[in-house]
This record gives sequence, C-alpha cells and structure tokens, in this order.
Amino acid sequence: MASAVQAFAPYRVILASRLRAQAAYRGSFVADLFGSLCVAATEFAELWALFHNIDSLGGLDWHAMLMVFGIGEFAFSVADLLVGHLDTIPTYIRAGTLEAFYLRPLSLLGQLITSEIGLRRLTRMGVAVAAATYGFAANDIDWGPDVVAMLLLTLVMGVALFSGVFVWAAGAQFFLVNGSEFTNAITYGGSYASKQPSSIFPNPLRVFFTFVVPVAFVAYLPTLWILGLPGPEFLPSWLAWFSPVAVAVVWSVAWLLWRVGTRHYQGGGG
Amino acid sequence: MTAIIDVRELSRHFTVRRKEPGRLVRRRSEVVAVDAMTFSVQPGESVGYIGANGAGKSTTIKMLTGILVPTSGHVRTCGMEPLKQRKRLARRVGVVFGQRTQLWWDLPVSESFQILAAIHRLETPAATRRIDELVDKLEMGSYLDSPVRQLSLGQRMRAEIAASLLHSPDLLILDEPTIGLDVLSKQRLREFLRAERREKGITLLLTTHDVGDVERLCDRVLLVDHGKLAFDGTLTGLAATVGARRELVLDLAEPSADLTAIPGSTHLGSEGDGMRQRLSFDAAQTTVVALLGEVSRHAEVLDVTVAEPDIEDVLSRIYAATR
Repeated sequence: MASAVQAFAPYRVILASRLRAQAAYRGSFVADLFGSLCVAATEFAELWALFHNIDSLGGLDWHAMLMVFGIGEFAFSVADLLVGHLDTIPTYIRAGTLEAFYLRPLSLLGQLITSEIGLRRLTRMGVAVAAATYGFAANDIDWGPDVVAMLLLTLVMGVALFSGVFVWAAGAQFFLVNGSEFTNAITYGGSYASKQPSSIFPNPLRVFFTFVVPVAFVAYLPTLWILGLPGPEFLPSWLAWFSPVAVAVVWSVAWLLWRVGTRHYQGGGG
Repeated sequence: MTAIIDVRELSRHFTVRRKEPGRLVRRRSEVVAVDAMTFSVQPGESVGYIGANGAGKSTTIKMLTGILVPTSGHVRTCGMEPLKQRKRLARRVGVVFGQRTQLWWDLPVSESFQILAAIHRLETPAATRRIDELVDKLEMGSYLDSPVRQLSLGQRMRAEIAASLLHSPDLLILDEPTIGLDVLSKQRLREFLRAERREKGITLLLTTHDVGDVERLCDRVLLVDHGKLAFDGTLTGLAATVGARRELVLDLAEPSADLTAIPGSTHLGSEGDGMRQRLSFDAAQTTVVALLGEVSRHAEVLDVTVAEPDIEDVLSRIYAATR
C-alpha cells in the first residue's frame, strides 16, 4: 500500500499544481464553469423539448429517458474531467511538451492525464446528477441490493468506458496530425449515442453502438434492467451485467492504439 | 569503463508524403535523417555535436533519449537501451532543448523545481540542498518567485539548465543552449557549465551553431552532414581537414612590390604601398620559417603575425560545400 502511494506521489504533486494554477486564474475558471453549464443545459433542453411533443422514444418514457440522460451525461462528464484533455495531444506535439514528458522518469499516459484536470466540467456533472436523481425518484424502482449493485457498476464502468474511448482518440492523434475533428466524432458522438435508447437505431447502428463503440452499456442497458424492461432485438437487458467486458474490450483497443501511436511518433521537428 | 554513449550503424528514416501537381495520390518518399552513424562518448568528455540545420542532430538526440525509435542500428545511453528503459534512463540524463520548455509556464520557477524534484523522487532535504546550490550558482534568486512566462530568455535558459541538473545526471545533453542569448549571458552560462563539469565530472553533449560554445566548452567535435558523421576530432583538427589556410601578416621596413612569387603561399593583399602584406599558406606544405627565409630575399621584415583559421569561416565553408 505504502509503495503504491509512493508510486503515485509524483502524479499527485503534478495534479495539485494544476489545481492551484486553475484557482489562480479565477475569472477564466468561472467563465469556463458557466460555459460548461450552458452546454449541459442545452442538451437537457433539447430532450425536454422533444418530450414536449412525444410521449415515448424507443420504448422509453420521459422519466426513463431522464435516467438514461443522467447516467450517460454523468459518465461522460466525469471521464471528460479526468482525461478529456487527452485530445490536446496535437498541441503538446507542436509545442514540444510531449518531448519533455518523454524525458521524465514517468509514464507518458500518466503524465498526459495529470497534465490538466477539467474542473470546469463540474457544472456539467451537476446537471447530470440532478437529471438522474429526478429520474430515479420519479420511476417506480424496486430498490434492492441488486439494483444498488447495478447502479454502482454502471457508474464506474461508464466512466471507465468513456476514458478508454478518450485514449483511443489520443492514440489516433499520433497518426492524424490534425485529427481532433475526427476523434471528436468518436468521443462526443459516442457520448451523444449513449444518451439515446439504442432501440431507435436501425440494426447496423445498434450493433455498432453495442459491439464496436459499446456505449449502449453506459446508460441504456442498465436503465432497461433497473426498470425491468425487456430490450429490443439483439439487446436483451441482462447484457447490462456485462459492461466490464465492454470496458475490457475498449481498454484493450485503447492500449493497442496508444502503443502503436507512441511508436509511430515522429517528433515535433526542431 | 563503459561508454556513456555508444552508437553503432544508427539510422533513422522518415516517410514524407508530398502532393505533386496533377496527381491525385500523394507520393511517398523516404528521407534519411540519420545514416549509419557510429561513435561513442566516454564519461567526462565534452562533445560538440555540430552540423548545418537539418543535418540530423536533433534526430540523433531524440534516439539517444528514447523519444524516437531508430529505423536500424544499435544505441546505448548510460549503458541502457533508450526505448525500452526510457524511465530508468531519464534519471541519469538531463536534456535541455533550447527552444522548448520543460517548466510550467503558469507557475513560479521555484514551484517548477519542486514538481521536478517530486517527479525524480528526490528526498526533500537533498532536493532543497540541490535547488539552493543551483539557484546560487546560476544566480536565479531574484526571479525565483516569478511565473515562468514572465522570464527573459536568459533567465528562462538558466532555469531550464537548473531543471535538467536537478537530479544530478551523469550526462547532460544541450540542444542549442545559447541560442538567442546576449554575449554576457552566453559567457556566464559557459562558465557555469565548465565549472559543473570540473566539479561533478558530468559528461556534456551539445549541439550548437555558436563557435564560441564549441571553443569554450568542448574538447571534441563531431560534425554531422546529411545524417552522416563527417568528422570526429578536435576543433583545430577540423580546420586542418578542410585545408583551412593560415595567414601570415608581414610588416616590412620599406614600401615593396607585392610578394606574389613566394613558393607555397598566395598573396592576399597589400597596404601602405606594400609596407604591410598578407600571405596565406597551408601549414601542411610549408612552415612560417621557410616562408620568412624566402621573403627576406625580397624585403626586410620588421614584424610578423600568424593568424589561425577562423572557425566560423571553416564551418561556413564546410556547410556551403555540403549543401
């Protein structure tokens, strides 16, 4: 235990300094918080406006959709807070910061992750928690140890899954010099898809969001299971228990892409 | 004694894709940045690694430190394989990239040092002692609490060097450390590095375009040209290999005709009706004494000066010849 604490000591020091730096520029930090709040509020308003006109989407009613939205948004915003800045790798490559990372006796990925912490995403997390809490309260849920276990598993795995997707994006940046538009489609697109009932997608897309970029595991499947609803074709709700498998697959690909990416690195010139 | 740097047949190719007019598909071509380089550096040496822009200097350094994967060949730094043992190697090597920063731009210098000490897992008392020592030697006391982004170039460079020496490395690699610095700052930096080398026995490898750096700091020069090692030896040896000619300045007793017929020399010019004449000669073919003997048959010599070849000239001639 003590050695594990010691192993992470340098990262803790780096992270603490990043927190202090954010606190030092208070004005811009408040503006960032507000901006992030607006993004989440807009997404929520979109869903609200939609349900002003329809009663159910893909078999889910308004209260069930609040759960899907809340859980999906929570998982993504926490992952975004922790590792979302991985998509700044192109900037780091250009500025030569990445080379400074190579020259330190620490893991490259570890340094990148701790090089920033997106505290501005806290407001977005707040919106997610509020929506999910309301959704959970409004639905008639048979609370038992299995539901609590599912909820905890879902939250942890959702964050892990999106973090892995961010590492995909980071690894791909080594090949695509200015590829953040493309990788944003995967990360933000994945986040968007996680907040939809997969049943609304045609079969090929449903398979894509279950087995390729498995965001169906983040919020939709657990919501189905918790509410005791059957899943659509190809997606039985008991699959929700297999989210660790989805996470393991995402992280295997992430690890591979990262490894190949860093090997492919050609340096920032100079 | 094992070599600090051991490089054998080291090569690195880059793939470049080029768009050509009239073609839809971009053509791929290979650029050889480092071409079968072989050299080694012993502990305590101070080596100047010179060459024109794009000759392959930075690429070599990146392969020595585990940033870049070599295309082929053997490389060992401090007895380690840079790529596989990058983290262990980082504890024994300090690197300064003159145009990059390893400090945190939004934090005070002192805080950057604290973080780096934690990164290298230095014990607090030892770290404090080392930081104080470097702050004192590099005269950084006055700006220790300023954020890095507010430092002048000279101040920042001293902070960078301190940062790379914090963990007392065996090898210090400097990539253009004096670029953009004023004369005094350059001198102070060189003095510091000389002292550090004398006291700590640290090995230095520096790339530079500044002849002063090489003259003041290095006892060995590696000249790289188009990715190949073109010369390995002393600075004076380098001048000799390119056939740099020395210059003989003669002050004569009375106005004389131009001394154009002295064997083994070329007449460069005359001043004051031929009272002062300049001849160039190749030290490998003739000597000053032989030339003076020859000259005294034509005119009485009052005084002589012999000018060594200007290194700056030598380098510009080498770079021009290899373009």
